[in-house]
Amino acid sequence: MLEVRNLHRRFGGVVALAGVSLAVAERSITALIGPNGAGKTTAFATIAGFHHPDSGHVRFAGRDITGWPPERIARLGLVRTFQIVQPFGGLSVRDNIAVGAHLHLASRAEARAEAEAVAHRLGLGADLDKPANALPIAGRKRLELARALATRPRMLLLDEVMAGLNPGEVGALLPTIRAIRDDGVTLLMIEHVMQAVAELAERCIVLAEGRVIAEGAVADVARDPIVVDAYLGEGAASRLAGDHAA
Amino acid sequence: MRWVPRAGIAVLLLAGMLPLAFPSGFVLTAATLMLLTTILGQSWNILGGYGGQSSFGHALFYGTGAFTTALLQVRFGWNAWAAAAAAIVAGALVGAVAGALVFRQGLRGSYFALVTLAFAEIARVAVSSFDITGGGFGLLVPLHRGAAAFQFADPRVPYWIAWLVVLFGVMLAFGLERSRFGARLVAVRENEDAARALGIAPVRVKTAAAALSAGLAATAGVLYLQIFLFIDAANGFGVAVSVQALLGPILGGLATPWGPLFGALALRVVAELVHAVLGSLPGIDLAIFGVILILILRFAPGGIAAIGARRDA
Repeated sequence: MLEVRNLHRRFGGVVALAGVSLAVAERSITALIGPNGAGKTTAFATIAGFHHPDSGHVRFAGRDITGWPPERIARLGLVRTFQIVQPFGGLSVRDNIAVGAHLHLASRAEARAEAEAVAHRLGLGADLDKPANALPIAGRKRLELARALATRPRMLLLDEVMAGLNPGEVGALLPTIRAIRDDGVTLLMIEHVMQAVAELAERCIVLAEGRVIAEGAVADVARDPIVVDAYLGEGAASRLAGDHAA
Repeated sequence: MRWVPRAGIAVLLLAGMLPLAFPSGFVLTAATLMLLTTILGQSWNILGGYGGQSSFGHALFYGTGAFTTALLQVRFGWNAWAAAAAAIVAGALVGAVAGALVFRQGLRGSYFALVTLAFAEIARVAVSSFDITGGGFGLLVPLHRGAAAFQFADPRVPYWIAWLVVLFGVMLAFGLERSRFGARLVAVRENEDAARALGIAPVRVKTAAAALSAGLAATAGVLYLQIFLFIDAANGFGVAVSVQALLGPILGGLATPWGPLFGALALRVVAELVHAVLGSLPGIDLAIFGVILILILRFAPGGIAAIGARRDA
């Protein structure tokens, strides 16, 4: 579904992406993890067209979308959410989601009806008439997801939709995300909440310092010494192993 | 019905019946100007209110409308109605081109305001520099009373035409609020990146809004010309026109269908009061408008319509 090859992107002297390659299969849930500053959000922004890659290619649904503007990529069915939520602050929850639904529905009434359906599905049914700015952070995260979902995407790039949610809210969102996949949407998600990663993702890609350092099943990746070192510092894996031996 | 639409409909109906009580003279002239200010404000409200792109140069479109129709009639002998249609199209085109130029560069906020101001000023200087546009004197359309020439002996006829355009402007705003295009325009105003992530092309949406807005401003310019049969650089492209365009909607209620009408009514009443009390001190009305603008932004940022909406709540 999505294939990224050798993506490079630098900001001035900072190398954010140093040759990222990854592939996501259709109708799968893949997690993109890695320590802070690994380049995850930059990878999303570059795939979705918000940054131009310095080099490398992005293929989606059989087409080379490298360098396309984000709106064109979204119309092809690849839609991102934002880690730092970007609501249409002055608009109601209903109207926020309806903007997404308008991607395929010209009629205002139909878009709003679809917005209501999506809102109910994501537990925002009681907040439809509230301005987006009045939602607590958990609600705004859900609104990001709802708006993207209303576009009827083929693939979603979810940037930390679980961050800031309490364990109960995370638990409530898990079946929703699984249901989105069961409807045929491919999911690539940046996530720090390991409970979510473990329960949702079939595959896991680990990014560190702008490179993919490991990928595979979540349980395997979590035990990979390279990954442990990337999170906890050089040599951490062997020290941990030593502690266990002692 | 709520306060705001009730008041809006009442003002609109009263304005429509006003010529029955005042078939000519001072009141009708003041009311005619009020309607033209409303149209200009409705135009500005599309781009500045719903689109969030605060133009400081709407005179560019208004002047394009007035000058195009004047030029076509005076210099090329066009029929007034054909010239009016061409002028409205020309205004919309200028809006599209100016919009595309500015939005492609990613100019927003005060940069957008300054560039539009510069465009209008360039046009003002340009038309006062060439003989074909009347130079420093302006253009006078010869008197040919008759419907075919878009000139009416009875001043109520152009008044009612302007009233119909105001009605159209109100319906256009309601249409925006009920359409996909309007939803996209507001989405771009609220958050451009989020809009793009949902498949909206901001430059295209804003440029279309600029064309629509400019076409309506040009219509106001055309009406002004046909009523007064005269236009010069300051009346067409002057800063005062641009200020009037934005004051009405800001005072009356940004991004609301009735706001420009409320604002224009309040402005006209204030202008006539100032004139009655202080005489024709040049520039005094603009100074008073400036004070009103500051007071509105400080104490009622949503304008008159928001004060009404608060009473409803």
